Amino acid sequence: MYCVWCDGLCIPEMNWENLWSMGRTKTLCNQCENALKVIEGNRCKKCSCQLKEKQYICSDCMQWEQRFKQDPLKFNYSIFNYNERMQDMVTRWKYRGDYHLSCAFEQIFIETFKNTFAFLSKKVCVISIPLSSERILERGFNQAKVLADYLIPKREEFITRVYSEKQSKKTRKERLATKNPFFLTKKVNKPVILVDDIYTTGRTLRHAAELLLENGCPAVYAYTLIRS
Amino acid sequence: MNRNLLVQSQGNLIAELAARFSGKLLLRREIPLDEKLFQRLVNQSYFTPTLSIKRNKFHYICERCGNRKRRLFANIPCNSCKKDHLYCRKCIDMGRVMECEPLYYWTGHEPKWKKYKSPCSWTGTLTPEQKRAANRIVQAVKNDERELLVWAVTGAGKTEMLFPAISHLLALGKRICIATPRTDVVRELIPRMKQAFIHVPIQGLYSGSPDMEGTAQFIIATTHQLLRYQSAFDLIIIDEIDAFPFHSDPSLAFAVHRAKKSASTSIYLTATPRKKQRVRMYSKKLPHIFVPIRFHRTPLPVPRLKMCFQLKKNVKRSLPPPAFIHWLKTRSNPERQILLFVPTILLAQKMDQKLGELLVKEKMIRREGLLETVHAADQDREEKIQLFRSQNIQILITTTILERGVTFPSVDVAVIDAGHTVFDEAALVQIAGRAGRSPSDPTGEVIFFHDGKTEAMEHAIEAIVSMNKRGGFR
Repeated sequence: MYCVWCDGLCIPEMNWENLWSMGRTKTLCNQCENALKVIEGNRCKKCSCQLKEKQYICSDCMQWEQRFKQDPLKFNYSIFNYNERMQDMVTRWKYRGDYHLSCAFEQIFIETFKNTFAFLSKKVCVISIPLSSERILERGFNQAKVLADYLIPKREEFITRVYSEKQSKKTRKERLATKNPFFLTKKVNKPVILVDDIYTTGRTLRHAAELLLENGCPAVYAYTLIRS
Repeated sequence: MNRNLLVQSQGNLIAELAARFSGKLLLRREIPLDEKLFQRLVNQSYFTPTLSIKRNKFHYICERCGNRKRRLFANIPCNSCKKDHLYCRKCIDMGRVMECEPLYYWTGHEPKWKKYKSPCSWTGTLTPEQKRAANRIVQAVKNDERELLVWAVTGAGKTEMLFPAISHLLALGKRICIATPRTDVVRELIPRMKQAFIHVPIQGLYSGSPDMEGTAQFIIATTHQLLRYQSAFDLIIIDEIDAFPFHSDPSLAFAVHRAKKSASTSIYLTATPRKKQRVRMYSKKLPHIFVPIRFHRTPLPVPRLKMCFQLKKNVKRSLPPPAFIHWLKTRSNPERQILLFVPTILLAQKMDQKLGELLVKEKMIRREGLLETVHAADQDREEKIQLFRSQNIQILITTTILERGVTFPSVDVAVIDAGHTVFDEAALVQIAGRAGRSPSDPTGEVIFFHDGKTEAMEHAIEAIVSMNKRGGFR
């Protein structure tokens, strides 16, 4: 088997535990796997960012609480830190359009989902953050949709998006001041898990969450691959 | 009258486009023309589309990078055709090549390149050995020979040997490319070539270069950049043909081969031909010329081997062996700068600080700033190399990126852990060739610190000794 990132040979470890299943198929070699850092230790209970002391939530989330009387997002859970290797991977995956690279995240994305959202009843729906039609033409695929498709409650489409500037090209201040680009196409009456690739300021996810809450959705959670 | 003007302006437009796009193989995204004009050009067959990914019986072929490995193709759901398509993962960093998007090449008339009467502004003279090689190259170009390998020892003045052939072709109004696998070599060649051919527009292409157009008559590029060319050049010169990654990546050889016109010449330059080329040379399938002597007519410095029993232990603590410090103190000419090769980036980074402190303590250097480290992942690499060249840095720790193509006037060379696998025979010969390159200081010391002789070391020394012999030194 070859690593999807560095194209080096990777040989799955064989032990008594996985002898009969012949080991899981590996997509990344050990070196590349270790280069990605999973968020560990104390994290913000709201946005999943790394916290040092025994804080409960981070200062960013406090600001969000102040801004809305009640934060539209229940919480966000992310898997990876946004380190240098992750940035390189995201550039190739998202901006250069290497669709196949998403399989590197598949296993961990599914497993973490099961562990984190097990408390929710089965009546929950998964929604991916959509791209505007202009952007999808440019990129060819929607990375959030690919991730959401790995999950077990089937992804549903309730919201669409109008074209706006790239979030990643803006400063924090500009990002926080953007207008809500989302529109509802159907009504939702179940709790929703929003899926996206990166949580940076939380603006985009909260836009979507606000919209859903206004239209009768009981609760909105977020599940993202990376917390930057 | 009006119509004449229209026709004339269109003619001008076409000529301009020809200069920009002829010889290139591009995706639609890489052609910055508006859709209407582009469609008209395609209909009038100025641009011709060609399949980007071919399906063979047993494998797929990416027509841009020549990739045939099944694992480097993947499927992607295409948004415009609502189907799953193949795309090539190998050349994805240059923009995605998809099965449903063709590659375009220019099929209008060729642009008329300028003819220069005497383009070469270089005033130096060639040594008899250089002249012999230069004449052979000119002859190969004149006779449209397919290939010629120039095997010249390190520091033989390979670049100067090319001038007559290049001038000859520029006088005929032909297009020329010098390609090399190493970015540092491109950076070093550009100013030298610009000086030697002042009136000729020269563009240098490498990843992150200021010029990205690549429309000049004379192009100096890394071999990666040639993936966007197709039958563009009348002469391709590949410098350092044996360097990484050219000899290990088949797509680069594919790119270079495609970038030249079918009836034109490729010249290969190297100091250390690989086995593949040597076999072809000795079986007379690859014509070659050997230049056994440096341009300042002194023998190549022969490396010394120094056994260090505790080397692994020292390296683990990221310190050089004590023998290195001893050698530093007892060098024959302590004025020379030092180029210190280490096998890995990690070791280079770690050794930077420790060695600095140690040498300041030993009073070998005045302050730690006189010691610097460069490696492939270093952002200020260019700057540091420039500082070393201008003698603002005393000691430069480097990985194998500086093993070839770069010239420093007066250096001693040391290799730590020469038994490591990255130091193969070619690398060691090249490293030894960094010493004694300038006529004002034609000797230099080369020393390999090791903890067990390897075949690579022995072969490297043998090769250097035998080259010296062929150069007439005993």
